[in-house]
Amino acid sequence: MGIRFILMVNKQGQTRLAQYYEWLTLEERRALEGEIVRKCLARNEQQCSFVEHRNYKIVYRRYASLFFLVGVDNDENELAILEFIHLLVETMDRHFGNVCELDIMFHLEKAHFMLEEMVMNGCIVETSKANILTPVQLLEKTS
Amino acid sequence: MNPFSSGTRLREMIRAIRACKTAAEERAVVRKECAAIRAAINENDQDYRHRNLAKLMFIHMLGYPTHFGQMECLKLIASTGFPEKRIGYLGLMLLLDERQEVLMLVTNSLKQDLNHSNQYIVGLALCALGNISSAEMARDLAPDVERLLQFRDPNIRKKAALCSIRIIKKVPDLAENFMNPASSLLKEKHHGVLITGVQLCTDLCKVSSEALEYFRENCIEGLVKTLRDIANSPYSPEYDIAGITDPFLHIRLLKLLRILGQGDADASDCMTDILAQVASRTESNKNAGNAILYECVETIMSIEDNGGLRVLAINILGRFLSNRDNNIRYVGLNMLMKAIMVDAKAVQRHRATILECVKDSDASIQKRALELVYLLVNESNVKPLTKELIEYLEVSDQEFKGDITAKICSLVEKFSPAKIWYIDQMLKVLSEAGNFVKDEVWHALIIVISNASDLHGYTVRALYRVFQASTEQESLVRVAVWCVGEYGDMLVNNVGMLDIEEPITVTESDAVDAMEVAIKCQRLGLTTKAMALIALFKLSSRFPSCSERIKDIIVQNKRSLVLELQQRSIEFSCILQKHQNIRSALVERMPILDEKTFSGRKAGSLPTAVSTSSIIPCNLPNGIGKPAAAPIGDLLDLSSDDAPPAPVSSGGDFLQDLLGVDLSPASAPSGTSQSPKTGTDVLLDLLSIGTSPSVQSSSSAIDILSSSHDNKAPVSNLNGLASHSSLSANATSPASSAGMMDLLDGTGAITQKHEENGPAYPSLVAYESSTLRMTFNFSRQPGNPQTTFIQATFTNLSPNVYNDFLFQAAVPKFLQLHLDPASSNTLPASGNGSITQCLKVTNTQHGKKSLVMRIRIAYKTNDKDVLEEGQINNFPRDL
Repeated sequence: MGIRFILMVNKQGQTRLAQYYEWLTLEERRALEGEIVRKCLARNEQQCSFVEHRNYKIVYRRYASLFFLVGVDNDENELAILEFIHLLVETMDRHFGNVCELDIMFHLEKAHFMLEEMVMNGCIVETSKANILTPVQLLEKTS
Repeated sequence: MNPFSSGTRLREMIRAIRACKTAAEERAVVRKECAAIRAAINENDQDYRHRNLAKLMFIHMLGYPTHFGQMECLKLIASTGFPEKRIGYLGLMLLLDERQEVLMLVTNSLKQDLNHSNQYIVGLALCALGNISSAEMARDLAPDVERLLQFRDPNIRKKAALCSIRIIKKVPDLAENFMNPASSLLKEKHHGVLITGVQLCTDLCKVSSEALEYFRENCIEGLVKTLRDIANSPYSPEYDIAGITDPFLHIRLLKLLRILGQGDADASDCMTDILAQVASRTESNKNAGNAILYECVETIMSIEDNGGLRVLAINILGRFLSNRDNNIRYVGLNMLMKAIMVDAKAVQRHRATILECVKDSDASIQKRALELVYLLVNESNVKPLTKELIEYLEVSDQEFKGDITAKICSLVEKFSPAKIWYIDQMLKVLSEAGNFVKDEVWHALIIVISNASDLHGYTVRALYRVFQASTEQESLVRVAVWCVGEYGDMLVNNVGMLDIEEPITVTESDAVDAMEVAIKCQRLGLTTKAMALIALFKLSSRFPSCSERIKDIIVQNKRSLVLELQQRSIEFSCILQKHQNIRSALVERMPILDEKTFSGRKAGSLPTAVSTSSIIPCNLPNGIGKPAAAPIGDLLDLSSDDAPPAPVSSGGDFLQDLLGVDLSPASAPSGTSQSPKTGTDVLLDLLSIGTSPSVQSSSSAIDILSSSHDNKAPVSNLNGLASHSSLSANATSPASSAGMMDLLDGTGAITQKHEENGPAYPSLVAYESSTLRMTFNFSRQPGNPQTTFIQATFTNLSPNVYNDFLFQAAVPKFLQLHLDPASSNTLPASGNGSITQCLKVTNTQHGKKSLVMRIRIAYKTNDKDVLEEGQINNFPRDL
């Protein structure tokens, strides 16, 4: 419901972060990622950020070398998801300070923690950066 | 040891993987790491467990199997330290899913953690439960989650709310328990709790209708107030995005209001003010504002009618459509699709913009615009819109051609004002994109052509011209071949010229040339070649001068390696050589095919491609069980609408069988509801001679496929010549019937069925007229009560000799009939000799229904052709 999956993929097509909210086997995932990424990478700047694939929509945005893709149901508000992607990037930016692809790669679990605070079971939980980052920062302090 | 610095090992592994230049190297590195991890797991290594799990997650993300790490997750969850628990839960959510049985082991840990004193741990457990719980887990842990909905800490409450969503999805019965707590959540101040509470309520409404009622009565004012507060709230740094406070909450509230207001006038009234306020006061220069406006317009469109609001919404729509940003335009087009159901006129005003969007370079926008155009078409604007679409077809991408073609074809069919226009448009479409066109489409075209009797000349000439231009599009070639075969004489003699046509001279040999090209061209498929063979055969009858040449061409295929072509050419050349007398009867003009039956059948097998337009309602006259509903969600996937391959629904394609193309049981069409063109016998199956009670019979529809009609309607046909003909007329399967007609004349050895001892039946004078008598003698094999052998004896009662004597019979569907070759073709006069012929009848309804048969006898006497017909009803009852 709502969001089906969130992917972060770089320009060469390598997945940097994958969070699925519905069950797919490994082969399906790789096939899906391959297809979608090819579609999004092939589009240029002027085209709109929404791609229709099978029976759901992909909302994507490119930040530097990383593509953020969110797969949503057909009845979801696409512009809101676009905002959500931006919120996600800003949150990670605040935590890591000038986040880049390498940050996400080497601190994969922290990126997941943040994402989990924001989205649960396909629904947006929390939209305040302060609230999202509190548990993550607490964890950092204890360790 | 700091568990979250992850040591150098994780980083090293990542570095190593990044340094790999090829996939094989990467696989090697990953395999080594997996081996190390497996060894560590076996040793039950405590310290590095978390690190191993982190590595496993990375490897899993790359796409390698990692199921051996699942027990590690469980062990980590069960440990007491928070960091270990954290990473254990993360691993749980990533590496497992609800179907694994391992998940059941976690239930106990989850239960303990849900009751833990540390709220972060409770939060963790809720998160895990919310993401991957299965139905049993949901049932077990539901009471705990309910309790947590009222926890003191808002973070826990919000997570508990989302967890409840999953629970009620998995176990809808528990929905009532959550109604009350959910409504109290709506009164919260904390945004996180509010947004999740709203989502919980939305899902509750979707799952249970009594929840919907409950919320409608109690909560609408509260919701409206909350929305008003948020819309008017001052700047709050925490939730502010682009100047608007928490747009996500706005949107969720609007969604819930939409669900509550749909279909209910009172609820809608409460909301009108706030909707108007939001719609008019939200700034739209930022994406966040536009998102809210979008949701608002959708809500306005869905709730009950209110004129002022609608106007506001359409204005916003107009603004979106003219925005330069592609995203906004896409969203605008989406909104239009919803608006069209509400206010079609407003949408028509934007038609020009939509047409432009069809030509846009952006694929998503194109798709949306195409669907909109399809919805917009009505009788008044179908012509210009179709013209635009066809022009666009020529320049569109390959991947779109299929979609557009299908849409154009259905548009043209539904709304065509005049047959000639329909044919023109279809010709254009076929010449552009014939290869993308489905079979049903060109079948329909052929039916329309055959129905438009005054346009036959025009059509065949147009097709001939196009055919000369190019043979690339195979469907076009097929239609052209069929038409030239049928109406070749019109083509050559320029019959039926319309004013707008230019004269064209085509000689008979030109037409034969064209057919020859179709047969010889390598590119064309088997179907086309087979159709071309039949067309040539027809032409041989219509153009007697070319008959020799045609025979040569047909004979060339006698040794073809393809069975279909070989069979046809042998049969046709056989007829050409030996049976000239029946040739003209065989290839007469096709009867006018029944459009209604066909469209009914077709609508049953072809779903429409757009969900919002209504499906063509039709009563399938033949009761095919396939539902007429389209796969609604599948707007984009037109290729999934194939009719199932069962012989039942090949009835959806009866034209294909009409043309004798399929080797599968051909179902002959009905052509008799309109009077046949030439007034002579109606051909029910191209390759065989049928009896045609049509002219005389009262129930004129010889529709093999209509089981809803009277079962006794004498139906299928039999070739008197053929000895192998097997008529399978199934009474049980309502749609498919009639077997392949086999024109091989009696060269195959059919042994005479000897008349075994069995119960004896009196011989029957089946038919008697002033000039002819036919008697039946019955016999039966003892073990087989359903099958009867009949020996028919014909006696000539007139003083003239009968030549070219031919006997044909037809039986209703529940009987099967076999004819052996007759003993001779000549019947001496005045009873001096007789002709005998053996029949074998199988009664599938033995005991319930008795035999009936219609017969037709043709012979030549005194250089006159005589035809006698009759029906035999007086068979013994227990045959």
